[in-house]
Amino acid sequence: MNESIGSPLQIAGILIGVILTAAWLIWVERRMIGIWQDRLGPNRVGPLGLGQVIADMIKIFFKDDWIPPFADKAVFVIAPVIIMVTMLTAFVVVPFAPGIGIIDFNFGLLYFLALSSLAVYSAVLAGYASNNKYALLGALRAAAQTVSYEVFMGLSLMGVVMLSGSFNLREIVEAQRDGWFCISQFFGLLVFLIAAVAESHRSPLDLPEAEQELIAGFHTEYSGMKFGMFFVGEYLGVTLSSAMIVTLFFGGWLGPVLPPLVWFCLKTTIGILFFVLLRAALPRPRYDQLMMFGWKVMLPIALVNLVATGGVALWLES
Amino acid sequence: MNIAAVITSQFRSLWTVLQHTFTKADTVEYPEEMPALFPRYRGRIVLTRDPDGVERCVACNLCAVACPVDCIALQKAEDEHGRWYPEFFRINFSRCIMCGFCEEACPTYSIQLTPDFEMCEYDRQNMVYEKEDLLIDGTGKYHDYNFYRVSGKSIGGKDKGEAENEGEPIDIKSLLP
Amino acid sequence: MPTIEIDGRSYEVEAGANLLSACLSQGLDLPYFCWHPCMGSVGSCRQCAVIQYRDAHDVQGRIVMSCMTPAADGARISIEAPEVKAFRAEILELLMTNHPHDCPVCEEGGECHLQDMTVMTGHTFRQYRGKKRTHRNQYLGPFIHHEMNRCIACYRCVRFYRDYAGGDDLGVFASHNHVYFGRHEDGVLENEFSGNLVEVCPTGVFTDKTLSEHYTRKWDLQAAPSVCVHCAVGCNISPGERYGKLRRVINRYHGEVNRYFLCDRGRFGYGFVNSDRRLRKAMIEKQPAVSGEAAQQRLSFLLAQQRGKVIGIGSPRASLEANFALRERLGADYFYAGFGVDEHPLITAIAEIMQSSCARIPTLREIEQSDAIFILGEDVTNTAPVMALAVRQAVRNASFEIADRLHIPRWQDEAVREAAQQEKSPLFIASCDRTRLDDVATATFRKAPDDLARLGFAVAHLIDPEAPAVTDLSEQERSEAEVIAGALKRAKRPLIVSGSGCGSLAVIQAAANVALALPEKAKALSLVVPECNSIGLAMMQGRLLNEAFQLASTGAVATVIVLENDLYRRAERVVVDRFLAEVEHVVVIDHIGHETAEQAELVLSAGTFAETEGTLVNYEGRAQRFFPVLAPADDIRSAWQWLSDAPGQTDWRHVDDVISALAQRLPRFQSCRDAAPFASFRITGMKIPRQPPRYSGRTAMRANITVSEPKAPDDSDSALAFSMEGAESARPPALNPGFWAPGWNSNQSVIKFQDEINGHLRGDDPGVRLIREAGRASWFREIPDAWRVLSDQWLLAPIRHIFGSEPLSALSAPLAERIPEPYLALNPDDASRLEVGEGESVELELLPQMERRVLTVRLSAELPAGVAGIPVGLPGLPGTAFWKAAKLGTIS
Repeated sequence: MNESIGSPLQIAGILIGVILTAAWLIWVERRMIGIWQDRLGPNRVGPLGLGQVIADMIKIFFKDDWIPPFADKAVFVIAPVIIMVTMLTAFVVVPFAPGIGIIDFNFGLLYFLALSSLAVYSAVLAGYASNNKYALLGALRAAAQTVSYEVFMGLSLMGVVMLSGSFNLREIVEAQRDGWFCISQFFGLLVFLIAAVAESHRSPLDLPEAEQELIAGFHTEYSGMKFGMFFVGEYLGVTLSSAMIVTLFFGGWLGPVLPPLVWFCLKTTIGILFFVLLRAALPRPRYDQLMMFGWKVMLPIALVNLVATGGVALWLES
Repeated sequence: MNIAAVITSQFRSLWTVLQHTFTKADTVEYPEEMPALFPRYRGRIVLTRDPDGVERCVACNLCAVACPVDCIALQKAEDEHGRWYPEFFRINFSRCIMCGFCEEACPTYSIQLTPDFEMCEYDRQNMVYEKEDLLIDGTGKYHDYNFYRVSGKSIGGKDKGEAENEGEPIDIKSLLP
Repeated sequence: MPTIEIDGRSYEVEAGANLLSACLSQGLDLPYFCWHPCMGSVGSCRQCAVIQYRDAHDVQGRIVMSCMTPAADGARISIEAPEVKAFRAEILELLMTNHPHDCPVCEEGGECHLQDMTVMTGHTFRQYRGKKRTHRNQYLGPFIHHEMNRCIACYRCVRFYRDYAGGDDLGVFASHNHVYFGRHEDGVLENEFSGNLVEVCPTGVFTDKTLSEHYTRKWDLQAAPSVCVHCAVGCNISPGERYGKLRRVINRYHGEVNRYFLCDRGRFGYGFVNSDRRLRKAMIEKQPAVSGEAAQQRLSFLLAQQRGKVIGIGSPRASLEANFALRERLGADYFYAGFGVDEHPLITAIAEIMQSSCARIPTLREIEQSDAIFILGEDVTNTAPVMALAVRQAVRNASFEIADRLHIPRWQDEAVREAAQQEKSPLFIASCDRTRLDDVATATFRKAPDDLARLGFAVAHLIDPEAPAVTDLSEQERSEAEVIAGALKRAKRPLIVSGSGCGSLAVIQAAANVALALPEKAKALSLVVPECNSIGLAMMQGRLLNEAFQLASTGAVATVIVLENDLYRRAERVVVDRFLAEVEHVVVIDHIGHETAEQAELVLSAGTFAETEGTLVNYEGRAQRFFPVLAPADDIRSAWQWLSDAPGQTDWRHVDDVISALAQRLPRFQSCRDAAPFASFRITGMKIPRQPPRYSGRTAMRANITVSEPKAPDDSDSALAFSMEGAESARPPALNPGFWAPGWNSNQSVIKFQDEINGHLRGDDPGVRLIREAGRASWFREIPDAWRVLSDQWLLAPIRHIFGSEPLSALSAPLAERIPEPYLALNPDDASRLEVGEGESVELELLPQMERRVLTVRLSAELPAGVAGIPVGLPGLPGTAFWKAAKLGTIS
């Protein structure tokens, strides 16, 4: 493979790029929701309101970093770190473009699934450590929701693996030169998309932090930069999910004329905007509806998709 | 439950919202552009005067009791001819939610909300308005009403029987039916 | 009990009731105006209409007035039928045709029975387009404001004022819709109970003038359960506060004591709480103390200095807790009761008789049921006004008996009065001068106190020959005594009323003998004492004030602590002057400034009844607790706090600790713990709010001082909170600040709190009787000799005034207007002998000190010759009856 993968320059560049994207998403989301709701969104700080990100950062850094006296201090501090660390380390395997990336694992897809599962510890520990009923309820919801949606999140991707015959993400991208998997794996895409929304606690599946019911769920007691880490962690999750969807279903860096990295970024941005659109348009389901939907609708679809893909693959091979 | 309808409604929602990418924002960019406020906008509260130029408030306390945040306090006083008026009338605008219940409760059209909302202060204490801050010189939105012209209580300049729809005071010593 | 069917549901109702009170007793809402639970039905307003059906098959029925229809067994009625609802709404609309557009500027607004009933009937739109009739108002004195336009002609005011309270200067004039309720000309309403018109009038014709001075709507008044401090009856009141000032006092129903009515002294005498003469800061040597703690230290220092040379003087107007704290602090040997030098033996004797006599001490409700009353030497209207109101009702028992014979229900007010005509139960009044109950008395007797006592002894002997006989009885006296004794013997529920009013121990003993002579189970004796806690203090057995004066003259007193007492009211000026000069350090704990406080080295500012919690024992030995209605400001503390806060002194933290200590130390106060629930009482974990649920202006009231709202004051002493949040229902009556029920904003809402109409409060009436009738007491045998007129010397008989004789209420400005000028009452014959006429000055030479005073003469035809009436407590006159005799002369 390419020599330049994993060079210190690339690592630094990707780290900064990813964090800046996540921070910039704060502005993108508010601006886009504003536009879709016939408002303007933040437009006062700097050109187009882009300075809003900086203003928010300054504010959040200088806020009182308060730990409630009734909280379990050590766990309370560790919880937000977990989400940042897992999300950032997951980016290690993302194939940005040929020759651009950090590590090229043969089990890249499994690595991604493992780390995205680890992220739930953040919510669970935060809720537990806060020693607050709303936080605890949020954490319980996060745990149940993540465990449920984890199951078919993995299953939904097995079709892609069968078609490409590899767990290596770069090989999966290369396997899509004949056609993006979003066509052949349409149901896989659908299931993965919904699971990704649930995994990153994004609206409309943001039940662990449903503010109308639980104030802010598992991070009710958090403020200052510790809250900021949850906040940025969520946007990192959105970015990661979009990047993975692009990699697995929309041909990654593949595309005509433009350089591969541009194609990748463009596709990822569209993915992110779709996540924002979901939040702007769809209402939150009830918790029992969410669980019912996961186990009774998504899981069967994922299984059928898996069996059908396997059958088709065997038939084509024979 | 029609599953197809449920699914399509999700996509229709997404599509409808997406279409709004190209509609014009309703936002009025205050303060560069002043919003057009209607006369019945619920902003800063004033106390008005009746058509004779006397303060309308009769200190009945109905605004205070209607106020959901309890931000109105006043004390009744009475002049030598029996007219009620507020000795003090205080609104704590730092608590006011501009709901307009006080205006609805007011039996004399005295308390009225105006289309003025620019009343920010750095010191909360400055949000406490006394009667001299609230009382304006005009009649506000209702020009003709004068409570004491219809009430039965006699005040200076209006004796018993001189209000609207009132007969002459009865001579109780008269034997006529 | 009869069962009636209302709107298809069966209810068991009390026997003999009318439909209206039966419906109201069941908690059903039915509008009414002219009916009053205490005054019966006249059926004039037509508002309480219901449909009555003949039987189960009758679907049409007929409209009847529920207040005029007996609730007979098996009656079927409907309140909710659309026809009768429409009928009631139409009647209300008719009543409202002339009602002015006044509610915003009406003092009754917010607690108006007419407003409540209008909402209840659903009348919302006035169709009448004609001219409204108007009336001119009258000046009715300093208490009551008159606004005749608002009248709906229900006649309740005159029925209360004339029929119930016995007034004769309020009447009804003109006819048809011109009727006018007022006096024949402008002037002060004379009756002592005129203030009740405010609550009796269903709308705003009669309103409280003193409230209007600093008007506050009912929903804005912070209230507390309290007890009137202006006489010994112990009426339950509900004082109202706003902005740190006491705004008014209204009645708080008590099933056995005051029930629906208060006297004007109790209702309008609250002004002293807001008075300029209040002591609000602790004063050390006439300078305001740096802090309350500094004053407290000064007290501790004085007490530590001379152990054994410190005495305390208690007060009959201070609570049990305050008096007990003083007694505990200094020791029982150093505790002086603080009664007037003349009244101490009288009140001690009264307390003794109450605790040892086998005679029942009737409650006011029981007094109303008496069928023969003998009042001996007491002007009850001026010493215990509400008791006089009860006596006035008692004389109607004869008419009820007539009505019973004719099968007229007792609540048929007009019919009962018509049937009875002038028939009254026997009421005999023997007194020095005329009294306000003379108009309903069967016979009145005017005598000097000694002769009153002889009459009493004679009556006792005639009823029970075992009672000591009066030897040298004149023929006239004998016949008088026979009349009284005969009536008392015939009665089923006789009652003897006496008291300390005429300043004679013999009179009290004679009354006790009469009560004792009555047949078994009919012995009833009410003894009136002058002050709100006279009985409680007497039961604490303090020493005589004169002993303190003597002790001081030997130099054995270094420090005196005077508790809520003005010594100048209790004894002769020269004596008090000498006493205060002889004592090195004078400490006064009081809430009001007076002459004694002016001479004090250390003044500690106590709270009034409106700022503190305490227990008072009324004339019948009922301990009742009052609670603060306003949070104390400045240096104001409860007297017991001043006396117990000293370091290491006691472990009293709360008033409950004081009460417990009192119950433990003095067993006769054992049950006063139960007068009201303690501070730990909660209703489903909540305290009881003092403020109504719709209290307004919380975030603006103090915003002129600072915009940040302060935390509401904590009340750790009681289960009440200075808040609008807390338990809204199931409040025990002793802790209920006032009456309110949904849809019933006026004080008429009390019907929702009674177990039956006119009955007891649900959850038991507040207070607890400390005294129960004991075993048989022995006869009093010291019969005074017949009194003889002396040629050069007049006996000074005390005359009590409802306004003026009680010092606290006298400080209330509107009440002060009603206080008479100081005078000397003289028999016209005596006056002509002295060659003075009405309004002329006469000089008194008081015996034995030969002090000289000048007073104007007021002629009183009924005073016995040789007796001069001296009003008690008026400015410049003694606070208790310690002037006994004087020589009179014209001014040279």
